[in-house]
Amino acid sequence: MKLILSVALALSFASSTGYASPEEDLAEYRQFFKKRFPNLSQQDYADGVYAINPIARENWEAIEEFPPYELAIEDGEELFNAPFKNGKTYASCFKNGGLKIAQNYPYWDKERQEVVTLALAINECRVSNKEQPLPYKKGDIAAILAFMKDSSRGEKIQRTLTKEQPGAIAAYESGKAFYFKRRGQLNFACAHCHMVYSGSNLRSETLSPTIGHATNWPTYRAKWGEMGTIHRRFQGCNKQVRAKPLKAQSVAYRNLEFFLTYLSNDLEMNAPSSRR
Amino acid sequence: MRHFSFHTLLLAICCATAPVASYAESKVESQLSSGKALAFSQQKGNCLACHLIAGGESPGNIGPPLISMKLRYPDKQVLRLRIWNAAQFSPNTPMPPFGKHHILTESEIDDVVEFVWSL
Ligand code: HEC
Ligand code: HEC
Repeated sequence: MKLILSVALALSFASSTGYASPEEDLAEYRQFFKKRFPNLSQQDYADGVYAINPIARENWEAIEEFPPYELAIEDGEELFNAPFKNGKTYASCFKNGGLKIAQNYPYWDKERQEVVTLALAINECRVSNKEQPLPYKKGDIAAILAFMKDSSRGEKIQRTLTKEQPGAIAAYESGKAFYFKRRGQLNFACAHCHMVYSGSNLRSETLSPTIGHATNWPTYRAKWGEMGTIHRRFQGCNKQVRAKPLKAQSVAYRNLEFFLTYLSNDLEMNAPSSRR
Repeated sequence: MRHFSFHTLLLAICCATAPVASYAESKVESQLSSGKALAFSQQKGNCLACHLIAGGESPGNIGPPLISMKLRYPDKQVLRLRIWNAAQFSPNTPMPPFGKHHILTESEIDDVVEFVWSL
């Protein structure tokens, strides 16, 4: 009964006209998950499904003894430091030479009036140095992300979204609307699987909670047998419900990443990671 | 109630003409096995993703176990409507609208209903 009630609550919430600020949302979702997972600390959410499924966690810990993403970090470091044809490197495009800054992405760029993700910034760095952009789902970009994000391991995600930033709030709201919208032939919303039924099993897969989804990407997925970006994961979750996936780095996916990142506020980054 | 009349109907057919009876029986039987295959298949019904069903491996637990269906759905038509579009009964359901979204054909739904009703 309680569950059905919370289903109605969580899902009507998004469509109701009563406006809730991002801050109010965050407090409400934390409360919602606290009820579902009373034993989890805030940081535990960064481990995704492994925070709530002890058997899956055991396997994961065994895998993490020899992390399958280590090679990607090494490759990424090499790529990151290799000069472009004009002699410059990625370091020239970023604050602090690109290190320990990943926790600040994605951010709302006021001048451009759009969300800038780290993957987008990497490609913009390439293009401004007369190099071809990299494909966004896997390969070199995942390796460079792995290296840059690894340098931010342990750094906290900290975002504030206030009324003084209407554009940022609109981007957050667009991500939120996407998250709560039913889609695809199978007609589920992201929120069905990762909020309302988080902790339940879909066949043999336990569904992880929304909070924490933005801390651990890129990730090495056993299913892929390689690294992939968070937008690749979004595409997978869209396809699961037979919805047409959007393009990686499309505005909608960037806003979605922005929304999820806000909900991972105060968590420490733990990317890259490994997942089933 | 329907449950009862369905059987009386079968009985009536059965007593009237033997060949028709065995046809009806074998039709139900083939519907049962086709319904089961559809319910278990990941590409089709994939009911097991969310429901415990006797005989099915690694069931999910998003929905309730599908048991004692005849008892709970004496009217088979109500069960069919529920599978056709669960949102009619619970607007926030995650259960896919199998008929409304053409995930299964009408005759596939008939088979699934027959199978689920037998549980
Ligand atoms: C039909 C169920 C379903 C839907 C709908 C769904 N997902 Fe997922 N998602 C899964 C499963 C299963 C996994 C893998 C297990 C886990 O981590 O939850 C997953 C994993 C993820 C992960 C990785 C979590 C991690 O710790 O690495 C992200 C991020 C994610 N989903 C985002 C989304 C977004 C965004 C949407 C909507 C566009 C969505 N999901 C819709 C089932 C779903
Ligand atoms: C993604 C999850 C999901 C899938 C897939 C799914 N269901 Fe359901 N089903 C549910 C949930 C949750 C309920 C609980 C009530 C509600 O939300 O509608 C439910 C309820 C039901 C009920 C009513 C049960 C009762 O106790 O009264 C029946 C019957 C049913 N489902 C049959 C099926 C069949 C048959 C299939 C496959 C063809 C199927 N379901 C696939 C989630 C699912």
